[in-house]
Amino acid sequence: MPRQFWLWAASLGVYAFLYVPLAVVVLFSFNDSALNAAWVGFTTDWYVKLTRNEDMLGAALNSLLIALTASTVATVLGTMAGIAMHRYRPKLLPFMVITPVAMPEILLGVSLLLFFRQVLDLTLGLFSIVVAHITFSIGFVAIIIRARLAGMDESIFEAARDLGATPWQTFRRVTLPLILPGVVAGFLMSFTLSIDDFVITFFVAGVGVTTLPLQIYSMIKVAVTPEVNAVSTLLMTLTLSMILLASRFAPDVLKGKA
Amino acid sequence: MRGCSFVTRLPTTEGRLTKWAVSAPPFVFLTAFFLLPFLIVVAASFRYPGEFGGLASLLPLLGAPGKDAGLTLETYRFFFGDLTYAEIFARSFFVAGLTTLICILMAYPVALLIARSPKKRRDLMVLLVILPFASNLLIRVYAWIIILGPLNLLYTPYAVVIGMVYVHLPFMVLPLYTNLEKHDPALLEAAQDLGANGWTRFWRITFPLSLPGIFSGSALVFIPVLGMFAIPELLGGTGDILVDNLIKEQFLDNRDWPLGSMLSIMLTLAVLALAGLAAWAARSRRGGA
Repeated sequence: MPRQFWLWAASLGVYAFLYVPLAVVVLFSFNDSALNAAWVGFTTDWYVKLTRNEDMLGAALNSLLIALTASTVATVLGTMAGIAMHRYRPKLLPFMVITPVAMPEILLGVSLLLFFRQVLDLTLGLFSIVVAHITFSIGFVAIIIRARLAGMDESIFEAARDLGATPWQTFRRVTLPLILPGVVAGFLMSFTLSIDDFVITFFVAGVGVTTLPLQIYSMIKVAVTPEVNAVSTLLMTLTLSMILLASRFAPDVLKGKA
Repeated sequence: MRGCSFVTRLPTTEGRLTKWAVSAPPFVFLTAFFLLPFLIVVAASFRYPGEFGGLASLLPLLGAPGKDAGLTLETYRFFFGDLTYAEIFARSFFVAGLTTLICILMAYPVALLIARSPKKRRDLMVLLVILPFASNLLIRVYAWIIILGPLNLLYTPYAVVIGMVYVHLPFMVLPLYTNLEKHDPALLEAAQDLGANGWTRFWRITFPLSLPGIFSGSALVFIPVLGMFAIPELLGGTGDILVDNLIKEQFLDNRDWPLGSMLSIMLTLAVLALAGLAAWAARSRRGGA
């Protein structure tokens, strides 16, 4: 069928458009040449070099620290928000939860910069970055939790109450075990978002602290070196495994994200 | 049933306490770090710039006494009096529009192919569209620096549009696919029986029915493009700045915070208007789909 053929050809072209650039990045990270231009030979030198790059290691450590703290807090607050949105149907909370996810990132970045510098007169650094990351992650966790609760039979919660369970006991013994896959998926998603965030972090990082994306940005702004390819390849492997892990816990997360 | 549980839950103090314990922490956090900062940006756009950057003091008593205290509409007057800003906004909207259009053209065949593939293959094909989107934004931009450099296209407006399309394409494929998947194949068969050829079937049936998907995809592409300052910064030349670069400059380089705040608000208003328009367009079309 000729029409199906054209559909296939066009789609394969688009898939190539999506993957060729990333393949080039990975390929040149193993290239024995300082130029990202022609294939010379196989090497792992750029990865070895990376392990001695202290700026990069420091940035990676910061990113990890920020992501762990921010995603833990965001998971707790987001789970609360998700439960509250499902159970009490509040008017204002969904607006507060969804808007930071929906508006252009740059707006959240500048408003937090202004808030921290002008109102709190705070030196920007780890704290401001963590707060910013929590702010944009809560929404994603809350959406996942609410979606998880939406499909559930309300009568089990009522049964727990009727049998004399306190709200805390109901949460601990009934609600939490049921929403746990959503909680884990929410945590993994906030972790990924935090590790990956560039735009918002760019505004609230100040001068002293860098994260991995900020470090990559300042490197590619100056020059293109295969070291960037190596760190990109590692980062891609990390996010890929996080996403696959998240999708194991909640298969609908991947579709829910976009 | 929901009404029932409300009756049993609301009267008890314990129930009310639980409600507060669950709702208050996220609410308070987001009020402090999202709503309040946003309102401060609104307020800052009506202030004077400080002598050394930032904002001038609000009360004449606190800072140096003079004309720069208090509130003003000066920044807005400045904005509407200077065509440079209008030009940059127009250019940003043009780039966003062009990116959206190219995304529609590229996403359509993929979405259509996935929707017409056997069910068990669809998930994998969708996953393959999202997967590159999981790698860091900067890595995806960097990949194009490597590719476009030797082609002499780096630091041109073309590079900016290519980068924007690359980063936003999955946002167009997904809503379009979700829409196309729901189409009833019987409609196309009926059209075929009535003698319509392939093109006619596409233009008279598939395309009109897919408009809601196109609208929601367009909103998902157009809006983020307006805030994506890293791409013009890394792939574009000096003449290719967009609103977001202008905002970034005001906050980090020039330190003219009132101007930056005002530009942010203009961007927000533009985005809200567009989102409203897209929602309205999608709703008025829903009858068919």
